[in-house]
Amino acid sequence: MIHFQNVTKRYGEFTAIDNLTIDIYEREFYALLGPSGCGKTTLMRMLAGFETPTEGTIHLAGQDIAPVPPNKRAVNMMFQSYALFPHLSVWENIAFGLKREKMPKHDIDDRVDEMLRLTRLEKFARRKPHQISGGQRQRVALARSLAKHPKLLLLDEPLGALDKKLRQETQFELMDIQEKTGTTFVIVTHDQEEAMTVASRVAVMDHGKIIQVATPDRIYETPNSVYVADFIGDVNLIEGTAKPNGSDVYAMSWHEGHEPLAVQSPNGFSDGQKCHLAIRPEKVSISADKPEAADNAVQGRILDIAYLGNISTYHVELPTGAVIKAQAANTRRIARRAFTWEDTVWLSWTATAGVLLAD
Amino acid sequence: MRRYFLIAIPYVWLLALFLVPFAIVLKISLSDAAIARPPYFPQFDWAEGIRAFIAELDFENFVFLTEDDLYWKAYLSSLKIALISTFFTLLAGYPIAYGMARAPAEWRPTLMMLVILPFWTSFLIRVYAWMGILSNEGFLNQFLMWTGIISEPLTILNTNSAVYIGIVYTYLPFMILPIYSALERLDGSLIEAAEDLGCSRLSAFWLVTIPLSKNGIIAGSFLVFIPVLGEFVIPSLLGGSNTLMIGKVLWEEFFSNRDWPVASAVAVVLLLLLVIPIVLFQRNQQKQQEAEQ
Repeated sequence: MIHFQNVTKRYGEFTAIDNLTIDIYEREFYALLGPSGCGKTTLMRMLAGFETPTEGTIHLAGQDIAPVPPNKRAVNMMFQSYALFPHLSVWENIAFGLKREKMPKHDIDDRVDEMLRLTRLEKFARRKPHQISGGQRQRVALARSLAKHPKLLLLDEPLGALDKKLRQETQFELMDIQEKTGTTFVIVTHDQEEAMTVASRVAVMDHGKIIQVATPDRIYETPNSVYVADFIGDVNLIEGTAKPNGSDVYAMSWHEGHEPLAVQSPNGFSDGQKCHLAIRPEKVSISADKPEAADNAVQGRILDIAYLGNISTYHVELPTGAVIKAQAANTRRIARRAFTWEDTVWLSWTATAGVLLAD
Repeated sequence: MRRYFLIAIPYVWLLALFLVPFAIVLKISLSDAAIARPPYFPQFDWAEGIRAFIAELDFENFVFLTEDDLYWKAYLSSLKIALISTFFTLLAGYPIAYGMARAPAEWRPTLMMLVILPFWTSFLIRVYAWMGILSNEGFLNQFLMWTGIISEPLTILNTNSAVYIGIVYTYLPFMILPIYSALERLDGSLIEAAEDLGCSRLSAFWLVTIPLSKNGIIAGSFLVFIPVLGEFVIPSLLGGSNTLMIGKVLWEEFFSNRDWPVASAVAVVLLLLLVIPIVLFQRNQQKQQEAEQ
């Protein structure tokens, strides 16, 4: 539905968006994820019409939207600050866009009531924005931006101002509303957990470029670069050289005097190519004795234990000096934990647990 | 205790410098004119006592104000001039304030400085400067004749137009500053949100910018309207003989006619008239403060 073709945006010397080509499909919940200053907000503002690309074109439903001003686009935006009109009541805020369309009064009433029901704000219709809580304000902003049946809804860090618990609840509400309305959502966020929770596809951005676009599970399980692996969640990176050992199977030598690690990875590598093994801590098992059947096993010493309640993260120092993180669920009470500081343990993982990434 | 003391100082100050003079003026307004020094009667006499003194006071002068149509015409004319010039000051001040608020942040202190700069020169000197600009041989006429727009000099000085020009010029900063402070706080994303929801630039201005700077507009209008109503210097220097303003009438009663009681009555009525917009102004300020909390 949306197609960015070689879009570049420069502010003087600074390149915010660098020759970017992406597609966003209908009814999709698309997340733009990246650190602040990576260009994700610029990308969104170009969709809303507040910025124009320096080069390249953006098509919305087959139409080039560059000459269309923001007030003529079938695109609505939910602002990071919510941008609710302080002099208007909740009801009037939601009706604002509808009144601009010269919609009959009766239809406006119906539509606003429908939006109030959808966002569970019926009781607050007469209040002014400063008389309601942050979570309610966020829902008013959402209702207001959805009221006009936009083809595309843009959400700029929509949950940034909410506390963690409310944020998690709202994430599910957002997904619900997106499913109910069938609108295409594009969300900008720097919170990877949020992106993973709500989005059907996640685009990881850095320095004005899209690094990887994929479903949340693929982004997490098979990142295409060290940057993505590192940005999303926790990861262990082991540097080494690849040696092909059958189809898609590699023996990665990582340190002299240690057995090469067996990795199965779809990314192709040539013999002797430098590479990184990225492996998630929860995919590394920890045990007192050397496991028999494991594809890879290394010995190390527990340096640190981070107790997080449901799980513990063990920082294990290998003889090479590298530190590997391993996570284990705390199925027993902490007093009966099998390992403690300074214990020598074995870490093991299967050949398919990690991915091999180029430099 | 100390807090009361701190509050007491300004109140004692106000009592001494506002309430006491006002009481004296009120008393004079209830007296009769006399060819004497001071030119009114009665004077308070300890020997006769307060009762006899009060018995001499009456509302004759206030009755006189309603009988001679000069006075209510002067009040009405002042009201008209104050309303019209407030409107023009708003018309000139709003775009300036808007431009200042939209200017790059590093420019704003300079622009603010430029608005306040005229206060560094005496108000009287600036009004005299306008006489030099507006007179028949003044800079404005010379310039217009030089450009060929007019062949005969325009008579501006000593007309109501000159009064309006003088008032708008003098009171412009009082209009700009409150509007500027309202506009500066305006969140730019509100305008973007309005556009996003289908407003054109102009309708976003009407539906969002104007309502949200309403308090600044009201405050600025009162700050101009209240002093202009009693303005004396500008109409007497720039205005003509047919410029009728109550401040001028007041001055003439006091100094030309030496009729202090009638002049005091004029002043008391003017003050009572001004109480209404002042109370409204205070209410607006209070509401604004409550809204900010």
